[in-house]
Amino acid sequence: MAELATTGSSSQAAPARLDPYRLRADFPILATANRFGKPLVYLDSAATSLKPLAVIEAVDGYNREYSSNIHRGIYEMAERATGAYEETRVKIARLINAPDPQAIVFVRNATEAINLVAYSWGRRNIGRGDTIVLTEMEHHANLVPWQLVVQEMDGDLEFVPITDDGILRLEVYEVLLHLRPKLVAFTHVSNMLGTVNPVREMTEMAHAAGALVLIDGAQAVPHMPVDVQEIGADFYVFSGHKMLGPTGSGALWARRELLDAMPPFMAGGDMIREVHLRRSEWNEVPYKFEAGTPDIAAQIGMGAAADYLMGLGLEAVQVHEQELARYALDVLPREVPGIELYGPAAELRGGVVSFNLPGIHPHDVAQILDRSGICIRAGHHCTMPLHERFDLAATARASFNVYTVPEEIDALAVGLREVVRIFDR
Amino acid sequence: MDDLYRDYILEHYRHPHNFGVLEAPTASYEGSNPLCGDRITMMLGISDGIVREVAFTGRGCAISQASASLLTDEIKGKTVEEVEAMTPDDLLDLIGIEISPARLKCALLSLDTVAHALADEAGEKAEAGGSASAKSQASSPSQG
Repeated sequence: MAELATTGSSSQAAPARLDPYRLRADFPILATANRFGKPLVYLDSAATSLKPLAVIEAVDGYNREYSSNIHRGIYEMAERATGAYEETRVKIARLINAPDPQAIVFVRNATEAINLVAYSWGRRNIGRGDTIVLTEMEHHANLVPWQLVVQEMDGDLEFVPITDDGILRLEVYEVLLHLRPKLVAFTHVSNMLGTVNPVREMTEMAHAAGALVLIDGAQAVPHMPVDVQEIGADFYVFSGHKMLGPTGSGALWARRELLDAMPPFMAGGDMIREVHLRRSEWNEVPYKFEAGTPDIAAQIGMGAAADYLMGLGLEAVQVHEQELARYALDVLPREVPGIELYGPAAELRGGVVSFNLPGIHPHDVAQILDRSGICIRAGHHCTMPLHERFDLAATARASFNVYTVPEEIDALAVGLREVVRIFDR
Repeated sequence: MDDLYRDYILEHYRHPHNFGVLEAPTASYEGSNPLCGDRITMMLGISDGIVREVAFTGRGCAISQASASLLTDEIKGKTVEEVEAMTPDDLLDLIGIEISPARLKCALLSLDTVAHALADEAGEKAEAGGSASAKSQASSPSQG
């Protein structure tokens, strides 16, 4: 067993460690069992995270105590809702060290954030023959919106390739930057390989070539300290539901002057200053981009999730999940002969481990693991081009979060041996 | 313990019946299930309205491959009308295990692919006879 956060045993001067065993009590769902009576072993946090009580109660509190619309009501309850909603902006700004909370735009998820930038900024700034540089490891959310932009505007896409270990080839990136792209968009952490990309260096290189930079932080913000100012990014996007928050919550951060210059993405109520029958004037940022009643409860819940994560300390979260990745990369090949693992060494990755058992389809793997209460992802994880790159139809993926303990990786190993036994009998 | 992975299902997966290619199929179709990466090519040799020969190639999960193996055994020697009349429930009965909703697409890919192969063939015949018929594409929404 890994020497992982045994309760209160650490006497090092290192930063506070996270105690996953104690904080598991914060997640009510971990006390549940599946239809076979097996306790939940949740190893699919990269798809969506579990929610702590603090988040559940924040959502519940809004619905029970001050369920009213924001930015409109004069009565006290509505002011309370507006206050809680706007306070989330401040919390999110603190979480990613954004200089100006008003440059946080609330969206449903990272996908919507990227679409917002693609429609609003992209269609105004990408023209005929302009290039956007992406990478081979992008989630479909950071690929398909750009395909639509270049198809419509007659631009081009280029892709930074990866090594067999799942690391971006920066020497090729450098060459692609000679094309003087208008935009470079890449993921901070790969949702399939777990690779943590050198986002600061890549951003500097892009800026030196005159490109703006959009970073997909969906797999980074929940798992490590993120500082958008230190990275130097122009656009940074992430989802709330992967960072212990509710589904339907998410954020786009961008440099204020970029947001000021961008036209609205969706139109309607709340995003306007004046409306006349034949013309309107836009509200200021960020409200210009938040048409209609948003998912108020979810965004307030995301604020509670940000508080929870900052309370744990993102450095401690990162150390914990990297140790889990290292443990999995060590235990799985030892305990499950023949297993194929994808992605880089533990030092270069977050808490994501994708794998295959030879001759067994990942859906069969996932289905049999389900009998033991073990939840993993099986499929292409919304990265079909990346799977093509490795000539794989699909992979199985185990992904970790603050509540994951090494015993669950042990359970996965036992479960995988059972899969092999069933298929070999 | 595992209803889904009974011995005969795994046996069909490991040693699928009718796995291979026909040299001159009268109808064929490649079906896929992008969600899982299951892929099956069905080849039929039809004469006098009867499926005389059938073969398939492909790769995918145990459920999709065992289903194709069982289905190809079943339809060989049947009339085209009989095959066209087969319903998803008929195939599920044939497979004989309880399929969870998430795996239905895997289980039914083989029948879907056969149906497309027959529809294509019927379309070509109709075209040869002067009436146009749009070719259908097997597809199902991809996840993510």
